[in-house]
Amino acid sequence: MKSVVEFTLNGEGRAVLCEPRQTLLEILREEIRLTGTKEGCSNGNCGACNVLLDGVLVNSCLILAVEVQGRSIVTVEGLARPDGTLHPLQQAFLDHAALQCGVCTPGFLLSAKALLDEKPNPTETEVRYWLAGNLCRCTGYDKIVRAVLDVARSSAPSTPTR
Amino acid sequence: MQAFDYLPAVSVDEAVAALAAGGAGARALGGGTDLIAQIKEGRRSVARIVDLKRIPALAEIKFPPEGGAWIGAAVTCRTLNQHVEFKRRFPGMHDSTHLIGGVQIQGRATIGGNLCNASPAADGIPNLIAHRVRVHVAGPAGARVVPVEAFCVGPGRTVLATGELVVAFEFPASPVRFGAAYLRFTPRNEMDIAVAGAAAAVELDDAGQNFKSVRLALGAVGPTPLLVESAGPRLAGQPVNDASLELAGSLARAVAKPITDMRGTIEQRQHLAGVLTVRALRLALDRARGTRTVDALGRPL
Repeated sequence: MKSVVEFTLNGEGRAVLCEPRQTLLEILREEIRLTGTKEGCSNGNCGACNVLLDGVLVNSCLILAVEVQGRSIVTVEGLARPDGTLHPLQQAFLDHAALQCGVCTPGFLLSAKALLDEKPNPTETEVRYWLAGNLCRCTGYDKIVRAVLDVARSSAPSTPTR
Repeated sequence: MQAFDYLPAVSVDEAVAALAAGGAGARALGGGTDLIAQIKEGRRSVARIVDLKRIPALAEIKFPPEGGAWIGAAVTCRTLNQHVEFKRRFPGMHDSTHLIGGVQIQGRATIGGNLCNASPAADGIPNLIAHRVRVHVAGPAGARVVPVEAFCVGPGRTVLATGELVVAFEFPASPVRFGAAYLRFTPRNEMDIAVAGAAAAVELDDAGQNFKSVRLALGAVGPTPLLVESAGPRLAGQPVNDASLELAGSLARAVAKPITDMRGTIEQRQHLAGVLTVRALRLALDRARGTRTVDALGRPL
């Protein structure tokens, strides 16, 4: 049976008619038509569908849309400023060429944002741990790690230890 | 995904009634990181999902005055990873909660779900066994308490009857000079399923030289996570030395009854059960003594 699910999406209130079997990922892409969040494996292994749920990094493919009643969601579309200025992580991914095909990129950006929100000055080990749940078949990861560390270094008061 | 009813329960009684009325087709939902993947892949059929995350009792973290901890079944791995007081009291549990999935899985996955999914390779369960955790269960016939080592009865199967759910985990008070650790072997560093796992909890005598008590548990080497029952009586009172550590390893190898599958062979897993047990013991000993003689994987520095 369908029910109306109300939640906040990138700062705006939304009400969407959902079946219990529809995932948050399906609702974002197919009902709301925000296609920045990608479907990769659809079983929680690849991280392409990562979003923030009340500030917590989660796989939107493993969450039923009905579970987010009253919650707040941030997707990759919520990172840039309304005037179009990119989030520092988005700019760093461009500057470091930290993407090729780009399908994994929204998930990586959300993981990186969640990390820097919690630990503004992470070590490389911490960056790699936080990105371990995101798969990329193009870049070999190193440029992504450099991009995240670059943002951390340019915004944090002190340099990471390693 | 197949169709099902969704019922977000707000109290334990409501969840029990919804699960009981749903019968065999009803399934409790914690973080969903196992359940939703299983439904999608057709490995599990459900007619009703009862969401437990909005029940206040299942989200509680309490520290009773007599020591120990009371952790609600729907508390996520991430919440425990960030909980300063829980980490201070039970640093060994962090070994499990920070390696179940990646960060985005930990943000959702619950300790209760890790137990009720009853994977033989679950990274949380051997550690709960080593910590002597008691599982508080609610159901149509009332409440009961199950020792965690008796909770899983086979791959994916538990002692829970229709309508029953896990409410909380009771961690007994840690004695002084107590340490615990969990280690697993995987071919890569993160995001993998254990080929074998071992948890150890030790209590040392006042001088820190002899075992007062030892509790060992294994994962991925049997149809359920296993308590090494012989370790307690055989090691209590023994001096901490290479001979007693090797005895612990041999007791673990003897209990391990693994299978050969895509992740490893019987021989490899039996060997790993011994090696991981000794390493987990060394790490637990460091924590009990406040020393640092081994690295994070239990290897001598």
